[in-house]
Formats: sequence, structure tokens, C-alpha cells
Amino acid sequence: MNFDFYPFYLSIKLAFIVTIILLILGIPYAWFLSTTKSKIKPFLESITALPIVLPPSVLGFYLLFFLSPNAYVGKIFYELFNIKLVFSFEGLVVASSIYSFPFMIQPIQGGFESINKNIIEASYLSGKGKLITLFKIILPNIKPSLLTAIVITFAHTIGEFGVVLMVGGSIPKKTEVASVAIYDYVENLEYPKAHIYSATLLIISFLVLLIVYYINHRKKIKSGIGY
Amino acid sequence: MSYIHINVSKNLFGAQKNMKLEMEFNIEKNDFLAISGESGSGKTTLLRIIAGLEEANGEIRVGDEIWLSNTNLQTRDIVSCGKDKEKTRKRKGKDKDKDCNVFNGLWYKNRFLPPQKRKIGFVFQDFALFPNMNVLENLLYVQKDKKLANKLLEMVGMKNLSERYPNTLSGGQKQRIALCRALMRKPEILLLDEPFSALDEKRKEELQNEIYFFHKEFNLTTIMVSHSSTEIYKLADKMIEIKNGKIIKKGTPREILLKTRGSEKFSLKGRIIDIINTDIINIAVVSLGSHIVEIVISQKEAEKFKKNDEVIISTKAFHPNIKGIK
Repeated sequence: MNFDFYPFYLSIKLAFIVTIILLILGIPYAWFLSTTKSKIKPFLESITALPIVLPPSVLGFYLLFFLSPNAYVGKIFYELFNIKLVFSFEGLVVASSIYSFPFMIQPIQGGFESINKNIIEASYLSGKGKLITLFKIILPNIKPSLLTAIVITFAHTIGEFGVVLMVGGSIPKKTEVASVAIYDYVENLEYPKAHIYSATLLIISFLVLLIVYYINHRKKIKSGIGY
Repeated sequence: MSYIHINVSKNLFGAQKNMKLEMEFNIEKNDFLAISGESGSGKTTLLRIIAGLEEANGEIRVGDEIWLSNTNLQTRDIVSCGKDKEKTRKRKGKDKDKDCNVFNGLWYKNRFLPPQKRKIGFVFQDFALFPNMNVLENLLYVQKDKKLANKLLEMVGMKNLSERYPNTLSGGQKQRIALCRALMRKPEILLLDEPFSALDEKRKEELQNEIYFFHKEFNLTTIMVSHSSTEIYKLADKMIEIKNGKIIKKGTPREILLKTRGSEKFSLKGRIIDIINTDIINIAVVSLGSHIVEIVISQKEAEKFKKNDEVIISTKAFHPNIKGIK
């Protein structure tokens, strides 16, 4: 039985890129959400949380609709960067970023909202600007939330199926990620392969979660943050 | 001209009621000013406005620097002075080059100096130490001056704890570090927001001595929010009492806190916590500061007063004995 690990490579690569993109976008956006007093906050929060409640097929359908080269968004990307956003790896990145968005935002926003506002002001009163305060005071003090956000986003991206299948199809070496590969194997009645793939995903997912909870547990005991 | 001039107003939306904070006062250099008042009177807000943590209308001037000014100006006064990034309307013609930092009534324009640029040290009620840094790092974050940091830590007797993290320190130790951190900026003005409220009596006294020492040693002008008469009497040389956002009393702590009037020799403010009626006498139980005393009162008085009344207990022909405690 020849065994192809490429779908795992694709899954991990996709999750890695998506996590980095969302981390960069997520920190300022979550900061905005946690500090704004604007009336549009509930509106923005609802949009952010949509991917959690929407069936992946709905999201996948709309993404397919908007990202195709015939639609505006897809057209702009195609003309500007010569990138096709459907049935391509780039398309998977865009779709997964949208699908995993709340998993990055919500823990970080929670961290920002729970931080003692006085230490932020104490930093300003120490003569430090907003950027230094963010990197030296705020982010180090919400490390558990950041770690949770990063790992959950990563794991969630590896675990997604519906959106990826709809936007990416199942093109080997391009968009066939691990979860989709399992579906294909089951469909072709190749149960042994499906077993191995499933078990591998199960173990990876469990280990990832175990590491997060373990590190957070240790950190809380050591630093007293959160107690 | 006073060292600090404050004339501010701000609408406050409180939990119970809305009110307008409106006050004007001056502070001289090296003064130790106490701001007292009930909770919700606006005293912490005033301190935050001085620190630049909250915006307000009016004017704050410190020395020859304007920290806040946005009094309504006439159109002809709103000119751009070029130095400032703030958007202002440029008026064509002769007024263009005028310096808008002159503050003699007419020429200043909208200005808000951010807290980062005000020469202040601020000590929070809850210490607000950075949990991710140890004691020394907390100090060095303000300024990379190891010599000053070690000197300050030595002064408060905490040099041996410089590697410790804030969550392993006691309340008194945390407040000392917060005080040292505030002084790392070499401020001219020290702002204290109820700095002793989280401490027990003994620590309170130690820290009061240290604050007084620093106030003198570094020629600071100190503004302290407090509701403890003892603290104020001990540390401050000026005080203002505020209520509902307005100043109701201004003066020295002696003038305001000592309640004796005329021939009274002894007078204490307290609160009746119980009135006990027996067949023969009536006794009022009064709480005075942290003490509770019983006072015999007449039937008439017993009818007049009720629980929770604020009262002044005074006596004329009275010669108290003072003894040291061994």
C-alpha cells in the first residue's frame, strides 16, 4: 500500500499560513473590538462570529460565488495579482482565513477585555506610546489568550472540510488536504487508508490541544495571572 | 503666578446620578495638596484629568507649559502655529504667524498634552504593576537608568527583592514599587490615588513616611486623593474638599479638619452606631475613626438623635492626660 503524505503537508502548510495571516489581522481588529464604544460593535461581532454558526456549505457557496473570476472580488484578484481564488491553494487560504476568523479573534478579544486597564494607563504614564505598550505590556500579559487563539485557529484550519471542499475541490497536490483526502478514500471504499489518515488527524489534534492546555495550566500556576 | 493653575469642567455620568465637575484652584511649587471627598464626588476623576488620562474642558497650566486648553475661542484666534500637528483653521493674513502657545487669555488654541508628555509620576490605588516584569524591570521600563532604580529600591529597603515578580509581593511592597516606578520618570509632580487604602495600619504609616521623605527629597509637588483625615493631616499642607464635583472647602488641613470652634478644647467627628436606653440613663455608642466610645446622653438628646447620625463630640472644661504606650 503506497502511502501519500502530501495531503498532510498541504493541511499543515495551509493552517500555518492562515494562522499567520489571522494573527497579523486579528490583533489590531480584536483590539479595536475590545476598546470601541461605537454602536456598530454588536454588528461587527455578529459578522465575526458568523462562520461559527453558518453551515460550511453556505459559507463555501457564497465564497465560491464571490471569489470566482467572474465575480468582483475574484476578478480584482485575478487582474491585479494573476491569482485565481477558486480551485487553487490561494483560494483555500482566503476561504480558510474567513472560516477560521472567529477562532482567532474571540480569544484575543477576551484577553484584551480582561486585562487590567490600569496597567495600560501606567504604561502611558511611564512615557510609553501605544505601540510599545501593545508589545511590551499588553501582549505579554495576554499570552495564554494568544496561545489559545493561535493553536485553536491552527487546529480548526486543519480540521475544516466543507468550505475547503467547496472552494478548493479535491485536486491532488493542490487543494486535496487531509480531511478531504479521507472523504475521497471513504468514497472509493479504501478503508485502510481512511483509517490511517483519520487516526493521524485524531492524534495530531489531541496533541495540539494537550500542549495548549498544559502550557496554559503551567503558566497560570507559575505567574498567578488569572488566579 | 501659581505653579499649577487648574480650571476644568466635565460632565460625569455616574452610577447613581449625573453631575458636572467644575473647579478652579491653584497649587504652588512644593505644595503637598490633598483632595478629599466622599466616593463619587469626582476626586479621582480630577486626578485623572490632571494626569491626562481623561479629557476635560478648560485649562491646566503647569509652570509655563499648557497641558490642556480648549476654552472657546473666537474665530480670529484660531490660527495655525505650524509647530503643532493638530488641525486648525488657518486664517489668511496677518495673524498667521502668531504663536498660539501664549496663554494670556486670548491666544492659546485647542491643546491636549498626552499623559506621556506630562512630567508626572502617578501611583494607582491598585498599584498597577506590570505582572510580566520583575521589580527591577518594572522600574527600568520607565527609563533605562539602573543607577536611579537601584537607589530608589535601596531607599525603600527593597533592593534584595528586585528579582521578584509582583504577584509574589505583599500589598505594602507592591505599593512601594509602584511609588519607585512613578519616581523613575524624575517627575516634578507626583499624583497619588488613595495610595494607602489597600494597606494595614502599620504599612500605611511606613509608606506615609516614605512618601513624605520623597516629597521633600526630590522637591516634588504632590497631589494626593484621600478620604482619611489622619493621612491628610499628617502629610498635606493644603487641602481641598469636594462634593458633587465642586470644591466646598479650601485651606490647610488644620483649618478644615480640626472641628474645634470658639472655646471648645476637644472636638471629634463621629457617627452614632447605637443608642441604648435603660431606665436610668441613655447611652450613645459612637464610632470615632477606628475607635468606638460610649457617651452618656440625656433623655432629650436620646430623642433627638438616631442611629447613623453624624455628630461632633466636644468638651470645654477638659484636660486630657497623655501617656506613652509601652
